[in-house]
Amino acid sequence: MLANLLLCLSITLMYSTPLLFGALGGVLSERSGVTNIGIEGMMNIGAMAGVAGSFITGNPWMGFLWAGIAGGLVAVLHAIASVRFAGDQTISGVAINLIAPGLALFWCRRLFDGAAMSKPITTLPKVFDTTQFGDSALASLDIDITVILGLIATLVLWFVLYRTKLGLHIRAVGEHPEAAETFGINVFHIRYSCVIASGVLAGLGGASVTLAIISQYTQTAISGQGFIALAAVIFGKWTPQGAYGACLLFGFTQALAIMLGGGNSIVPSQILAMLPYIMTIIVLVFFVGRSVAPKADGVPYVESK
Amino acid sequence: MNSTVAKILKKPITSAILAIVIGFAVAAIILLLAGYDPGGSFAALFAGALSKPKYISNVIIKATPLLLCGISVAFAFRVGLFNIGAEGQYIVGTIAATIVGILVDLPAPLEIPLVICVGTLAGAGLGALIGWLKAKFGIHEVITSIMFNWIALYLCNYVVSLDIFHQPNSTGSYPIHESGFTMILPNWKTSDEGMAALSNIPWLREVMVKTDVNIGIIVAIAAAIFINWLLKRTKRGYEMRAVGLNADASRFSGINVQKNLVLCMLISGALSGLAGVLNITGISPHGIATIAAFENYGFNGLSVAFIAGCSPLGCIPASLLFAGLIYGGQTLQQVMGTPSEIINIMIGTIVFCMALGNVIPMLINRSEHKRATKMLAQESVRGGDTHVS
Repeated sequence: MLANLLLCLSITLMYSTPLLFGALGGVLSERSGVTNIGIEGMMNIGAMAGVAGSFITGNPWMGFLWAGIAGGLVAVLHAIASVRFAGDQTISGVAINLIAPGLALFWCRRLFDGAAMSKPITTLPKVFDTTQFGDSALASLDIDITVILGLIATLVLWFVLYRTKLGLHIRAVGEHPEAAETFGINVFHIRYSCVIASGVLAGLGGASVTLAIISQYTQTAISGQGFIALAAVIFGKWTPQGAYGACLLFGFTQALAIMLGGGNSIVPSQILAMLPYIMTIIVLVFFVGRSVAPKADGVPYVESK
Repeated sequence: MNSTVAKILKKPITSAILAIVIGFAVAAIILLLAGYDPGGSFAALFAGALSKPKYISNVIIKATPLLLCGISVAFAFRVGLFNIGAEGQYIVGTIAATIVGILVDLPAPLEIPLVICVGTLAGAGLGALIGWLKAKFGIHEVITSIMFNWIALYLCNYVVSLDIFHQPNSTGSYPIHESGFTMILPNWKTSDEGMAALSNIPWLREVMVKTDVNIGIIVAIAAAIFINWLLKRTKRGYEMRAVGLNADASRFSGINVQKNLVLCMLISGALSGLAGVLNITGISPHGIATIAAFENYGFNGLSVAFIAGCSPLGCIPASLLFAGLIYGGQTLQQVMGTPSEIINIMIGTIVFCMALGNVIPMLINRSEHKRATKMLAQESVRGGDTHVS
């Protein structure tokens, strides 16, 4: 029983962590007023960069670092389009979702002799694994280090957004950029930094799939997690703690679907697989309700003379 | 700057052409950096898409669902909605068409409209549900769309797994009844008479016999014309565009925003659903199969819509371009060994440039503004007026 509960917890955390990084990136970007549909693409390039870093240097932490940098670099594109040139943020995000996975797979083929998947690589360490706890129940917890990092990132982002002057500036820019500008806040700087930081977080999210869960890059390593993360941003009402909750709920329903599916279940596996998505809609309808985005979210800011 | 040149540069079509040129340029640079031959690659790309009649026919067949999904996204975008759920609506269209096409066997003149109607309605229903959840509960269409995409995917896999639909020893369903097929003269073209008639026209013979020529593209183009008419020439279309431009202002002027949102998503969903149906009735294997990851018809519809600047008629050339690049891209990999992902990077770059669509008009306006101020200043100096602002 205890082992089962811990296993359920472990699967929950495993599924929610990559989503969490992506969602935190989304929260940061959207709080500053820039919609980021491109999270999926940024996670994808991060997933590949993480593998490349770990493969080339032999150090998975270098991979984790590379993933952040790669995600950030792709985000620069989104920032240039949506902040500097006041372009359509949705369209730019959709473009990122084509360019970044394309680059990732292109890179993969260059690095691994034309193969669409990488060789297995050294992964990040685990906390509570079988080597430390042997056969005890705790061993089935089997948590990746990224789970802990995700929690820390959530706390840090919450602190920055709600307890620092910078956070106040970010939120002001996302709600009312014109007013923020009159107070001497540089809207462009804030939005640039937030979009790039969101790319870094999304890149780390991608790497927490390839460097912790599946230990290689494949074309389908990131298949929709970025979009689920986007949903978690809205679900969590654009707050880090809300996004954390949304990702946990999503991970938990995934775990539930897996645990219920084991053995001879009467419910067909395909129906069980729908569970997380149906649950999300039900929770939204009955418990969360109307979602109100930051006022200036998605609205390009054009400097007035 | 000459004002005629400025006018031409400000046209949306100029942005699109410029975006395509930049897309090719960026792809060429990446290929060069990675040590591939861009000239040869592009030659292979064009040859793979256009060098034989059957290739061109296949590009048009591939463009059909992209066009319909593109109009679906473009239409919703004009009304202020981001229909990222075109993928799911496409899938339910294929599911419904397959179920009806297998269970019901009527003569073709009844079967074809029935299958098309049911599949389109399935897409419309899902679209309307997303619109209703937004109108009634204020739930963002992006979040529900993303969830329904996955639900549709697993629903498809579930339906395929059912005994009445599942074709043994395969990952797919049975094909629908032949009376539901929408190919052009499928039986005649393989009959002796047809073969004899076609043997005189080699290109037509190649196209008819080697590809699944079907009515889809005609339906899709008709849909593009209809949506264009609806948006531009009707009161309903005017209301919808007003909602898209400013929902609050529309509400104050007496437009029922809620109703228009639901109606818009219903139409948008119907278009994506129709894309799904026509792929079932028009091309083999005429059924659905287990899907592990999205086939991207809906997601590519997003790109088509944005390359077209969200104009329904613009989606026609945009979808052909998209289909040509994707289809030709397969040859690229086979002939030149160039990773076909370069096509995605290229299309992404084109879409990215379209996001910057208002940069050129912005720059021109700025330069015109500067010129005008300068001229005014000069004139006032000449006129002896010292009060130059």
